[in-house]
Amino acid sequence: MSLAQSTGVILAKELKTEFRSRELLGTTLVFVLIIIVLFSFTFNPTASESRRFGPGLLWLAFLFAGSLMLQPSFLREQANDTLSALRLAPIDPFSILAAKMAANFLFLLLVEVILLPVFAVLYNIAILPVLPQLVLVLALGTVGLATTGTVFSAVAAQARLRELLLPLLLLPVLAPVLIASTEATIGILRDPSELSLVWLTFLVAFDVIFLTTAWLVGEYLLEE
Amino acid sequence: MATESQSRSASPPFISLPLVLGGFMLLAGASYGALIWAPTESTMGLIQRIFYFHVSSAWTGFVAFTMVFIGSVAYLKTRALKWDWLSVASAEVGVVFFSIVLVTGPIWAKPVWGIWWTWDARLTSSFLLWVLFVSYLILRTLVDEPERRALVAAVFGIFATLDIPLVYFSIWWFRTQHPQPVIGDGGSLDPRMWRVLLLSWAAMLWVMALLIRVRYRLEATRAEVDALRMQEARGD
Repeated sequence: MSLAQSTGVILAKELKTEFRSRELLGTTLVFVLIIIVLFSFTFNPTASESRRFGPGLLWLAFLFAGSLMLQPSFLREQANDTLSALRLAPIDPFSILAAKMAANFLFLLLVEVILLPVFAVLYNIAILPVLPQLVLVLALGTVGLATTGTVFSAVAAQARLRELLLPLLLLPVLAPVLIASTEATIGILRDPSELSLVWLTFLVAFDVIFLTTAWLVGEYLLEE
Repeated sequence: MATESQSRSASPPFISLPLVLGGFMLLAGASYGALIWAPTESTMGLIQRIFYFHVSSAWTGFVAFTMVFIGSVAYLKTRALKWDWLSVASAEVGVVFFSIVLVTGPIWAKPVWGIWWTWDARLTSSFLLWVLFVSYLILRTLVDEPERRALVAAVFGIFATLDIPLVYFSIWWFRTQHPQPVIGDGGSLDPRMWRVLLLSWAAMLWVMALLIRVRYRLEATRAEVDALRMQEARGD
């Protein structure tokens, strides 16, 4: 079975598992909503302030959500030791990691796309004219989040205090993504809107570097 | 049996006297250079002399973190635990040197800038770097089995060190878009200042090597003790 085929099969399995219960998606959605509401207490947003601070709050909320949402990615497999079963399959071990990254990317992107209009309404930001650019930045930032997050979820799954450990590992490493996506989003929402090529390139570079690293070291992580 | 115990007791001590003396002499030389021989900076005055230890500690910290990367990659390739010992020793020593950077920085900044801290590009990135490797050390304490710990630490160590340049670029671009007080070494350094700085760096690197060596031996001894305990538990 080729890498793409086996990845596809495992990805289908991940999606099926999640969409049977949808508990991960539902919980994360509400969690981000809570953060967005709580942020409104920390400063009283006027329209111009929202354009300036809103993107940062949004990305911070996504990062927090990611650091909690990616947790079950490997923990789910531990309950019935299904990871060992996956490892026994005659496939490239990277396809397990790749499928989980793809699944996490899709889950996170779905949460973000659902929450974007809510956020726009609550913080009075017009997103419709700049939707394609926004989705591009969201997708690039989320690739970085899902890549590092999935790898670190495998790391944290093997340690004690894993619920606390994953954010601890993930958030400092993702600081560059937070900066780049926030700055890119601010540029898009500014009047007149501009898509910052510097930050887009930076996000692409981050994604490429860590996807490559995950591909190089990922299989070691899945060893027994 | 006798020969084995002899060879063990004959193994070199943790720190040899010449190494320590060499470190002391270098540190003494660097201190003399920094505190007396180097000319006093014209605008900042005496407080500027902390710069020789501040900057050399930062450079040394980077060297230590680079060694974490080397140790992590080598561990994944060879699976020899000695590379993991090198990684943990380097990470700990690197955190110590960056702690020196983060403490000496504000001591210098208070009289010169009038504030202890500002979210300037270099300060923010050094802070983040420190947090990154403290996370690395915390991760290590939360995994008990040595091979497993070495493996996950190596993976995280590689990600963390690859993140260093990204952290620096992103924060630098971020801060240059929002003007901030700039650290003032735009002008050229007096040649004597350069010499003192390089001497301080040499002294710090010597201390770093010494500390890593001690820490590495400690880790090796721990592994040996663990192995002996396992042996005894099995009843061999």
